[in-house]
Amino acid sequence: MREKKFSVIGKPLRKVDALAKSTGDTRYADDLELSRMLYGKLLRSPLPHARIRGIKTDRAAKLKGVYAVITGADLPERFGIMPSTQDEEALAGEKVRHVGDPVAAVAASSEAVAEESLKLIEVDYEPLKPILSIEEALACTEESERIHAWNRRANIQKAVSFEFGDVVQGFAQADQIFEDTFFFQGNAHLPMEQHCALAQYGPEDKLTIWSSTQTPHYLHRALSKVLKLPMSRIRVIAAPVGGGFGGKSDPFSHEMCASKLAMITGRPVKFTLTREETFYVHRGRHPVKMWIRTGVKNDGTLQAMHFRSFLDGGGYSSYGLATVYYTGALQTVSYKLPVYKFEGVRVFTNKPPCGPKRGHGTPQPRFALEVHLDKIADKLGIDPVELRLKQLVEPDSITVNGLRVSTTGLRECIEKAAARAEWKKKFHQLPYGRGIGFAASAYISGAGLPIYWNGMPHSGVQIRLDRGGGITVFCGSTDIGQGSDSILAYVVAEEFGVDPADIRVVTADTDLTPVDLGSYSSRVTVMTGNAAIQACRKLKEMLFQVAGEALEVPVDDLEMAEGKVRSQSYPKRAISFAECVEKAETKFGTLGATGSYSPPKYPANYKGSGVGLTPAYSYSASIVELSCDPETAEIKVEKVWIAHDCGRAFNPLLVEGQSEGSVYMALGEALMEEQVFRKNGLHKFPSILDYKSPTTLETPEIETILIETNDPEGPYGAKEAGQGFLLPVIPAVANALFDAIGVRIDELPITPDKVLRALEGRLKPVSVPSFDFPPPIKWRPGEGVEVPQKS
Amino acid sequence: MMRKSRKESTAKLNQNGLTKRLLRLRVNGEVKEVATETNKTLLEVLREDLGLTGTKHGCELGECGTCTVLIDDEPVLSCLVLGVESEDADIVTVEGLMRDGRPHPLQRAFADLGATQCGYCIPGILLTSRALLDKNPHPTREQIREALAGNLCRCTGYTKILDAVELVVKGEVA
Ligand code: FES
Ligand code: FES
Repeated sequence: MREKKFSVIGKPLRKVDALAKSTGDTRYADDLELSRMLYGKLLRSPLPHARIRGIKTDRAAKLKGVYAVITGADLPERFGIMPSTQDEEALAGEKVRHVGDPVAAVAASSEAVAEESLKLIEVDYEPLKPILSIEEALACTEESERIHAWNRRANIQKAVSFEFGDVVQGFAQADQIFEDTFFFQGNAHLPMEQHCALAQYGPEDKLTIWSSTQTPHYLHRALSKVLKLPMSRIRVIAAPVGGGFGGKSDPFSHEMCASKLAMITGRPVKFTLTREETFYVHRGRHPVKMWIRTGVKNDGTLQAMHFRSFLDGGGYSSYGLATVYYTGALQTVSYKLPVYKFEGVRVFTNKPPCGPKRGHGTPQPRFALEVHLDKIADKLGIDPVELRLKQLVEPDSITVNGLRVSTTGLRECIEKAAARAEWKKKFHQLPYGRGIGFAASAYISGAGLPIYWNGMPHSGVQIRLDRGGGITVFCGSTDIGQGSDSILAYVVAEEFGVDPADIRVVTADTDLTPVDLGSYSSRVTVMTGNAAIQACRKLKEMLFQVAGEALEVPVDDLEMAEGKVRSQSYPKRAISFAECVEKAETKFGTLGATGSYSPPKYPANYKGSGVGLTPAYSYSASIVELSCDPETAEIKVEKVWIAHDCGRAFNPLLVEGQSEGSVYMALGEALMEEQVFRKNGLHKFPSILDYKSPTTLETPEIETILIETNDPEGPYGAKEAGQGFLLPVIPAVANALFDAIGVRIDELPITPDKVLRALEGRLKPVSVPSFDFPPPIKWRPGEGVEVPQKS
Repeated sequence: MMRKSRKESTAKLNQNGLTKRLLRLRVNGEVKEVATETNKTLLEVLREDLGLTGTKHGCELGECGTCTVLIDDEPVLSCLVLGVESEDADIVTVEGLMRDGRPHPLQRAFADLGATQCGYCIPGILLTSRALLDKNPHPTREQIREALAGNLCRCTGYTKILDAVELVVKGEVA
């Protein structure tokens, strides 16, 4: 790649919005207020599964201060994030499918009046038998027991099956075969900001909505469909998001209702969900049961693997179609696996819908895989670190399921983490009650395919230069705290040799900014970064041309640095950036350029090969040291080491921040957090007090080790740095517990109660349902389109 | 289904004819007069009546720490006190941390060290930190941890937040 030393990339700079966020200046959606604004509230179902016989709203509509009341009949069009599973309604029409499913919405002069009016709405429900577990869903195959009518088999949203290589022969070559079952409980994103949307409909028949959304583009599409307004009449602005983690990536009922009510009343309408509502809106981590069978040689070399996952999807599809594939896709990307079979099924249950949470569908199988490998290493008497190191996926290779691996820093991640944690000295050597555990993982740097299959770019950037040398960058990307606005500023500052603080960034506004698909799948740095570089380079061509003429220096000797355009050989020959822009505008007219990015073509072409593809894989390795009091089974995580191959750290502070936040979130999932329900479909813990999550006291010291592999597909070599860190930490906790006290907990979260039962030999293995999976799609590497590697 | 929220009781009180009252609040060193319902929380008065939206809310039930402000130098959950109870007190919100238009060292340290991700929890954390440093200018990392245990942050894993407070303790803010 380029030889030039970076002036911005790699520096621990402030985020462009850091001061605004620490002075209280940042205006989140609920901080916005418009004149004549009304307040919206949703009436939500108290029942998990029921037919709606009728709704009476007239008493509510008559209440003083109520401006409009709507029901399912007002918004009949279905929507959903995935084009092929649009099974959500803004307000339930015939049926409610989980407690909290919205059935009516009001707009009133205050939140208090809106709440009061909800009590006056009468809904006549005919209760139906609720389905609350994976097993029940698989057993309820009668047509009369369906939660949805559209899917082929009752209560099965999606079942998939793949076979890569000859499975029978693969297992036949193994010396030993190991089998395990696991359960990963569901949990919530719990962003500190509750969802909020404010919609305004003007007399010129245009709708504007400000929402705490991670995906303004998909919201734009969904609003157009549901409201039957052309996209050209809708403006979606993603307000700064107060925490997302995947939980604000779906189009939501409150966004549809705010818009519809604004259209009806002609006044702005704002919905701010309560904390309790966020637990029912959910879209969090899927509960997944898993079965894994692996054939290995006596030296630990993997020969064949068969993996089954059963996902509890909740009441709607959400991202579930992708999730079920994700639970099987990335098992092949870290260790060489010659033969692989995957079967997965996602069922509907009468609980709030699950969706994408940090790691989307991959933390569950990663937990299973890495604990399973730890058990295999233990039984074979091999060090678990060595077991992995001997069979890492090579760079520039294609996995058995057709995923293209470009760079991998996994070896370095593992070796560095092991060295820093003094693995060799500690493993099996710590006193009883104290242990150390290891795990590794891989993640995508953005989904290789868009949600709506089309040939358009995944990310677009537009840059405008003004006469004073000002630079404005426009991009549809959405800053959810990860720093995507800063990433744009860093790239453009690097390219133009200016200070990032001098750059204006305008993002996430569908009227102003070119489409970026959204802040999900860890795609933003790679995709917007590449798009921004492309736009900059178009402008640089013009700027270099005029600078070359003015300075009488050949264009290929020019560089941009320190706010100047100058000769590399004679740096004194220079003009200021602003002067150069003036000259360029004089010569070429108004200055602006666009850049865009689409991921490369991929080697596999079987049906279902779209999930797991990415421009580049990030790799992580984690070591967890913990202590567990054998009397109380209280677990205290002492320290976490995490090494991550991020390709290139754009800003080490931001990458470390993502690491620390991911580790924290992983520890919550491993030890505390669970989204669980009572028999009547009510959430057991729908409050921050009852839904236990780590505070400063439960969060240990975290040591992050960054590995840079300079990936050819990434901007300046960067890969993903937002989600991958979470993956290895959870299994490393379980493995450390085994090292500490000799018991395995294959069921998350690992609570003291489970540990005590395990110590007393009373913890049963996870039971996995039986299910008739469809016949597998068979594929082998080489059967698809071969795609040359970039180097 | 849903538990009764505080707002429902508010509505009842309103129907029972509770009227507005003129509140005199001393916020960030300025006296503000505002006519508002007597049953409004300080959080609501600050955000809705005074336009001080820097104070955030994550639960409105006293569980998350997001709404923390200082009342007479003590960190207080503004969702749990009424506006009327806060008269005659010195109230400081995140907007009042600035000095002569310059960010407080804590604010700068948080920005410099990447302690703000989504930023939503940050106002509450800054105020809790300031209250700690006012009382104990040289807390240990453990003492900072304890002081901040009631302020949830879902983004940062707290690490950079602790680092930023420590930086101020060491007097190393640029
Ligand atoms: S808003 Fe959560 S404690 Fe006040
Ligand atoms: S920075 Fe997002 S919750 Fe703390």
